[in-house]
Amino acid sequence: MYRMLLAAATAGAIILTVPALADDDDDRGRRGDDHHTRVSAVTHAATKAECGACHIAYPAGFLPAASWRKMMGDLDNHFGESAALDEATRADIQAYLVSHAGRGSGAPQRISELRWFVDEHRDEVSRRELARAGSWANCGECHRGAERGYFDDD
Amino acid sequence: MKYLLIVPALLIATPALAQSTSPSDLIQRYSAEAGRAADAGRGKSFFLANHGSGKPDTPSCTTCHTKNPRSAGKARTGKTIDPLAPSANGARLTDLAKVEKWFRRNCDSVLGRSCTAGEKADVVAWLASQ
Repeated sequence: MYRMLLAAATAGAIILTVPALADDDDDRGRRGDDHHTRVSAVTHAATKAECGACHIAYPAGFLPAASWRKMMGDLDNHFGESAALDEATRADIQAYLVSHAGRGSGAPQRISELRWFVDEHRDEVSRRELARAGSWANCGECHRGAERGYFDDD
Repeated sequence: MKYLLIVPALLIATPALAQSTSPSDLIQRYSAEAGRAADAGRGKSFFLANHGSGKPDTPSCTTCHTKNPRSAGKARTGKTIDPLAPSANGARLTDLAKVEKWFRRNCDSVLGRSCTAGEKADVVAWLASQ
């Protein structure tokens, strides 16, 4: 009973924190239980190529529209580096990310600081594993299908 | 009739190659812009130097690319960066837009300013000589 309540509470927390990612009605967002997490991978070629150069092209549903607008408006200072793009490409990518964004309040920037991310990884990833990956941005180190939107627990 | 099929095939295949330039073209282009010859030795010093005038996390080219351009590097995210030396990675320095994009970003990150045409000529000359 306790486990069921805990599971329900966890599911509730995830739905509350990442409502957009719990959208089962279309192919956007997150699906399944904790062990078969499926999100829509980026399909937009420019986003895939440009965002995917230094890390995976994170699914647009991971952040709300305000986050993407803020991030794409400050590419000269992208987490400590310049990720500047020519204006046409920048605008094209922003339009894609905003139109496929998740829901949520504010304009959070670091996906790895979102509540659901922290909850999913806290007890799963050791310091050694994180060091091997290099950073939380290197999803593919553990999630082999990350590029395709599969974030199963491996 | 055969030719009709070959033409569209070429149109499709060409963009994927993106062979818009070459190391020697780049050296020529940047040297002309700088008004002086490229100097591989100077490019090496520039590449290996600890500039520290840009963003704190990226004081040098070597922060991500390592000191050996024939080796793979590692982005701060943990992702592998293919070698910069054309001898180790044939795709390197063959796409002008890509070269310009990364010089723009990385000079800003490492130096806090744009690289001069002379600096680009020197670095490309050094990478091409490796």
